[in-house]
Amino acid sequence: MKAYSNLMQELLNGKFVFTGELEPEKTTDLTELVEGAKPLVGYAVACNVTDNPQSMAYMSSLVASYVVQRDAGMEVVYQLRCSDRNRLALTGDVLGAAALGLKNILALTGDHVSLGDNPGAKSVCDLDSALLTYMIRRMVDEGVDLAEKPIHEPPKLHVGVAVNPNADPLEAEVMKLKRKEVAGAEFAQTQVIYEMEKVDRLFEVYDQYGIKVPVIIGIFPMKNYGVADYFDKNIPGVSVPKELLETFRKVTEISDKKQRKEKYMEINLEYFENFVRDIKKSEAKGVHVMAVGYEVMVRELIGRVRGEG
Amino acid sequence: MIVVEQKPLEDIIDMVKDSDRMLVLGCDGCSGIYQVGGEKQAEVLSSMLRMGKKTKGENKEGDLKIEASTVLRQCDKEIVREALEGSIEGYDAVLSMACGAGVQTVAEVFSEKLVLPAVNTKFIGMQDREMGDLHERCSACGDCILDKTGGVCPITRCAKGLLNGPCGGQVEGKCEVGGYENDCAWILIYNKLKELEKLDQFLQFRLMRDNRISQSPRDLKGGVKYSGGGE
Repeated sequence: MKAYSNLMQELLNGKFVFTGELEPEKTTDLTELVEGAKPLVGYAVACNVTDNPQSMAYMSSLVASYVVQRDAGMEVVYQLRCSDRNRLALTGDVLGAAALGLKNILALTGDHVSLGDNPGAKSVCDLDSALLTYMIRRMVDEGVDLAEKPIHEPPKLHVGVAVNPNADPLEAEVMKLKRKEVAGAEFAQTQVIYEMEKVDRLFEVYDQYGIKVPVIIGIFPMKNYGVADYFDKNIPGVSVPKELLETFRKVTEISDKKQRKEKYMEINLEYFENFVRDIKKSEAKGVHVMAVGYEVMVRELIGRVRGEG
Repeated sequence: MIVVEQKPLEDIIDMVKDSDRMLVLGCDGCSGIYQVGGEKQAEVLSSMLRMGKKTKGENKEGDLKIEASTVLRQCDKEIVREALEGSIEGYDAVLSMACGAGVQTVAEVFSEKLVLPAVNTKFIGMQDREMGDLHERCSACGDCILDKTGGVCPITRCAKGLLNGPCGGQVEGKCEVGGYENDCAWILIYNKLKELEKLDQFLQFRLMRDNRISQSPRDLKGGVKYSGGGE
């Protein structure tokens, strides 16, 4: 198998990978995004660029991905949702991504549009994440679109998918991952988890279904109590462990801003260093650090754990 | 059956403000069975509109003619024609209490009449009499896959109409759309197929739909047999 991207090359080489995450918002200014990516070069092998996360109508992920790759020199995992586009638009975006030199796509169904900031929008979902994966692989491997129409100069890129280890029943979710593997998924990134128990449980069912697609575990170091609390309350099916949340809450009692910042850093590093070390001992092939806007933390954490075991 | 719901009265009043000679037309089909737009409801609505217009004094003395009538099924051209031919001439407008198919049937049969909808057509429903609820169960997609999904329709009951299993928006079997109150269709399917020991069907990767099958407007042409009364 040939690797078109650094991410896929590292996975094929058996290296434990680190990926980061960037979130373009409702703006035409990509300075912050590019500046956020720069410190991670040499630490994360690639960064995901989100596509209308939580169904917010944001700057095009395709454009942001291209600019990040061009101006920050950071390889991207271009996230692509089915919620907002039919198969024609998706085909066009995949071709466009390849033309712009993007090498990884994360195929997502996407949150329902009614949850976002334009809740009256029409939900498209002409395809789902498994079908988008299938579409991309046929474009790459066979040089045809979904209607079997030939593509002049087919795209050369890889397709990953998402899996949620918090899902209950977990078996149904892992069976969906199996289906995505059948459809051609080349890597999987998980929703955020905090406990090793969930990692182990995921791989238990994963093994039962003989899944081989490399899994990158999602973690979320939190910049401050506000972020932690929001995440705990608003992300479906994910909760921050009570003790950790309480430790974060206590930091808010510190009056000095600089001290608070240091304390958050210390708590995160203590928790996530150990967590990542444990993840490295599992079947996981990497860690996806979803700390948007907290580059200093992502860099420090990866720096501490990447060379080991 | 087709589930309909009466429009807000103020909307209806605004809709009929220029019509003084109007037939409020009930339907004894789905609309009547659910007691939204049957004979009784047509009579009630017509007298309310009549009284409203009289009170407001909008019409010229003696000009007002708002009456009610009901047909067996408004979605049948023959039934509509036979029931109304000869009597509809006295009205300028028809306020239909049937589903959208009924409204348009009347409009097609009597093309010279203004036909207005008094109800909103909601969905193809399943009735829960105990709770007094109606639930959408079929989208009339034209390509039924219930044999493969444990009798649960993902096209209708999954908010995204997904073909390949649950999305990340389900939590403990509940859907992100509607505040985690509705069941996730794909978890219902998973549970049902597990019970039937047919989880291999759940694992199956399904190719994309050919949406031409449900491309509106759809027709079933010729050879449609009929045994529904009203001949």
